[in-house]
Amino acid sequence: MAYTEEELKKELETKEYEYGFYTDIDSETFPVGLNEEVVLRISQKKKEPEWMTQWRLKAYQAWKEMDEPDWANVQYSKPDYQAISYYSAPKKKDQYKSLDEVDPELLKTFDKLGISIDEQKKLTGVAVDIVMDSVSVATTFKDTLAKKGIIFCSISEAIQEHPDLVKKYIGTVVPIQDNYFSALNSAVFSDGSFCYIPKGVRCPMELSTYFRINQAGTGQFERTLVIADQSSYVSYLEGCTAPSRDENQLHAAVVELVALDDAEIKYSTVQNWFPGDKNGKGGVYNFVTKRGICHKNSKISWTQVETGSAVTWKYPSCILKGDNSIGEFYSIALTNNYQQADTGTKMIHLGKNTKSTIISKGISAGKSQNSYRGLVQVLPRATNARNFSQCDSLLMGNQCGAHTFPYIEAKNKTAQIEHEATTSKIGEDQIFYCNQRGIDPEKAIALVVNGFSKEVLNKLPMEFAVEAQKLLEISLEGSVG
Amino acid sequence: MLTIENLHAQVENKQILNGIDLDVKAGEVHAIMGPNGSGKSTLSSVIAGHQDYEVNHGTMLLEGEDLVDLSPEERAHKGIFLSFQYPVEIPGVSVTNFIKTAINASRKAKGLEDMPANVMLKKIREKSSLLEIDSRFLSRSLNEGFSGGEKKRNEIFQMAMMEPKLSILDETDSGLDIDALKIVANGVNRLRSKDNATIVITHYQRLLEYIVPDFVHVLLDGKIVKSGTKDLAVELEEKGYDWIKEMA
Repeated sequence: MAYTEEELKKELETKEYEYGFYTDIDSETFPVGLNEEVVLRISQKKKEPEWMTQWRLKAYQAWKEMDEPDWANVQYSKPDYQAISYYSAPKKKDQYKSLDEVDPELLKTFDKLGISIDEQKKLTGVAVDIVMDSVSVATTFKDTLAKKGIIFCSISEAIQEHPDLVKKYIGTVVPIQDNYFSALNSAVFSDGSFCYIPKGVRCPMELSTYFRINQAGTGQFERTLVIADQSSYVSYLEGCTAPSRDENQLHAAVVELVALDDAEIKYSTVQNWFPGDKNGKGGVYNFVTKRGICHKNSKISWTQVETGSAVTWKYPSCILKGDNSIGEFYSIALTNNYQQADTGTKMIHLGKNTKSTIISKGISAGKSQNSYRGLVQVLPRATNARNFSQCDSLLMGNQCGAHTFPYIEAKNKTAQIEHEATTSKIGEDQIFYCNQRGIDPEKAIALVVNGFSKEVLNKLPMEFAVEAQKLLEISLEGSVG
Repeated sequence: MLTIENLHAQVENKQILNGIDLDVKAGEVHAIMGPNGSGKSTLSSVIAGHQDYEVNHGTMLLEGEDLVDLSPEERAHKGIFLSFQYPVEIPGVSVTNFIKTAINASRKAKGLEDMPANVMLKKIREKSSLLEIDSRFLSRSLNEGFSGGEKKRNEIFQMAMMEPKLSILDETDSGLDIDALKIVANGVNRLRSKDNATIVITHYQRLLEYIVPDFVHVLLDGKIVKSGTKDLAVELEEKGYDWIKEMA
């Protein structure tokens, strides 16, 4: 019998989540600063094999020679990389004795999102007191997957248990020296996830709920590697609609996806890092490198809902290497107050008959700046490549900005590339119309925004689409004058 | 039901309404006619509570309750419905989804649970057939790409769904061909009851042949200058507004 997500959810409601896949490490934090010694010590702490240590060192050397990019349409004061501690033991699990001690604002948000009490406790680090069964969900979950030969574990564990797979694929999609942040991540990544779907296997569940529980312990430099072997399928959901209040300002994750022949990977992200306060103070810098490679007849779909972070720099991309491969990018990026987002995608058409679709929905409110930046590149061998891009911007008020930077490079005459763009504004007349029908202004804005985002929301797994919808609503609270 | 006394209102420091008196009782249909710029649409916006219009004198009561300080949505919850002259588009939001949101917002304001889906569905079916609306129409984005007639029919469909106490039809006949006009008027007539009231704002007498008013008022320079029965509308059609202007 297939173990469905629904069943897992039920279990989560009644069971304690005993241990995640994060390896227990001594409670110790390194002094601030980054040098070869620090990189070595991280590797040692994690008891990594020599090849991994060398790989990290190589990355560190590359990073040292690189400059932080400044081409994105964002402004922020660059972090002092020598003022960051690059290794910190996981937070103590139970910070609070009960939910009464947790920030009531945060709990209000959880309620709005419809997150169960147990999950709320988990996410805020409250001890869960209901223990129904000693078998942990994680174990049950892992067993189900193991029966199908699916490996789903932390990247640290994968380095120990499945070194051949990691060694073969890590850094092949996002090379160490790809960019400043990928080099930094490669040198110091704390942890992350690893997923391998064997040949011909269809992963029986969304790899999502499980991940959400783990989110609370996620590090600053996450590393994710997903490999879908020939003719396999996986739908992977990362992130969390619950607000993540992280004391780490800089987040530089790397995600690599490998879709081998005839495989399909759906990768959905809901990102809601702390965006800073109403005056633009604080907030997370989210500088992420996400890329997938498609082999013959394979398909990678990126779907993202970005509502958090003070500064976002993120371009989930597809390298369409194999003939007949398909790349898709569906994105909603919402910025409010002083948030800045520069996000989009790259579709690199290398193989014949490759297809890509880009649907980007940018929503700007407050004094925020929201940019779409995308590259569609058709290389000489990519006969009959096709791309369709649609970039829509929705503005609220007159102090925010929406920008579109589409780059198109076609080196094959048979390429068909379409680009459509629209910009619209939530009008007072739309709001009044809704008001007249009894819908209050905040709900009216949510309605307009959800309508605008519908094409992308429809791409999310059902359960998350509902949450993402609520998240958009919450993120715009207070944006009506 | 609606009692307006000596109502003055302005928009952007421009005085538009200069002392309106109007008493609409349950079960009645009132027509408000007048030339362009006489303040007809302003009156409907003021009753609905548009924030751009400022009431600077007079009172406006719905069943004895003062409306002036209520927000547009609160007025809607109390049973005021405005059929817009220019209904707005909301891309990606279906007619069904919109009306569902609207109905449940009003229910919530009254402390009621959401309307059960099956009840909602039944009601949608019933009211859409009343207005000869195709079910495919209901899944289209609200007013997006609708013809003039479709937009107006959709307004009356929403009115039928919301079951307001007081409906204001602002130039509902504009942009309608005769067939659409008949359907819309038929819908409005069938929704009439002794418990609700309707204000029909129109430029031409044509609509009033189908929605027969109990009273007709002529608005000029922000004041009602003449009131009468439906015969007044016919007289206006013959003699034109200049006749009224001369009298006033």
